Amino acid sequence: MNGRSSREGMSVIVKTVTRWVEGFILLYGIYIVLYGHLTPGGGFAGGVIIACAFILLTLAEGQRVASKTLNPAVAAELDSVGALIFLGVAVAGLVVAQVFFKNIIATPEAAQFHLFSAGVILPCNIGIGIKVGVSLFLVFAMLSALHVTVRQDGKRDLVRRGKDES
Amino acid sequence: MSELLIILLLLMIVGALVAIETSNLLSSIISVGAVGFLLSIVFLFLGAPDIAITQIVVEILVLVVLIRATISRDLTTITGDRELFGMIVTVAAVLAVAVLSVHMFEQFPPFGVAVMDRVAGAPSTTYLEQGLAKTGAANIVTAILLDFRGYDTLGEATILFCSILGALTILRRKARKKQAEADKESESA
Repeated sequence: MNGRSSREGMSVIVKTVTRWVEGFILLYGIYIVLYGHLTPGGGFAGGVIIACAFILLTLAEGQRVASKTLNPAVAAELDSVGALIFLGVAVAGLVVAQVFFKNIIATPEAAQFHLFSAGVILPCNIGIGIKVGVSLFLVFAMLSALHVTVRQDGKRDLVRRGKDES
Repeated sequence: MSELLIILLLLMIVGALVAIETSNLLSSIISVGAVGFLLSIVFLFLGAPDIAITQIVVEILVLVVLIRATISRDLTTITGDRELFGMIVTVAAVLAVAVLSVHMFEQFPPFGVAVMDRVAGAPSTTYLEQGLAKTGAANIVTAILLDFRGYDTLGEATILFCSILGALTILRRKARKKQAEADKESESA
């Protein structure tokens, strides 16, 4: 037993592989979000992949490293930011064109099939991607932060991981 | 094509039955995961890659959450006999639903022809014809989700936001701490 920080998480093989692949998983999630209006995917699917990257980090390196990478308090704020981006796009249509959710940025024919096309759909996807990514990671962090122990009398306890065990 | 679908659907039914019948919670969850992955293959063959991607990533996430967060320390095995009356009621209900479903399936339009397509000037035909010109999005699914039907998607995002809010409220650290302290006091008293 040589300090909890090295014991936390999984074996060194898993940690090394995680360091290699997690950046690519995150990049793939961002790609799915950004190209949602051109290829299959979109804000929700890409957001779940982003959440999976952070969940992999949590499983391999332990809760402490994961919360250092993405602080749950910051994640909670980002959750609201994503929802507000989506809502802001909807209200912007109401303000500019008097129609809720109006696509206020027109796409010229030459710009079709390019990344910056489809007007407000791209910011919508980014907002949903941020929102889904951090909120699913938050739920996982909250759920894995406690584990259930069954007492002698059959009553169940919720105990925070990492405090009473080493 | 349809034979492949039938095979996949039969495998899904087998997986669901295994998930119900097995006595080990971990193997039950893995069977549910198999059903989900087969469903994503079905979506892929039906020509819905958007749904297939969403299905597969959500399935992975749910499996990880279920295995890691809920049952890693709390493996439950179910013992005991089945109630005869409950089983009879269940089988009768399943049979009734099956008969009604077969009646419903006979009235469905042919595969690949949407109900709304049969009306002239239906929304779905308008989306397909003018989707690219009106929104500029090459992926028609995203164009419908975030432009034509953006209001629906806003509702979905609100549902997700509220559910996450509820989950975080229930699981938040402060309340658990107070609960643990109260438990300790009642134990020592």
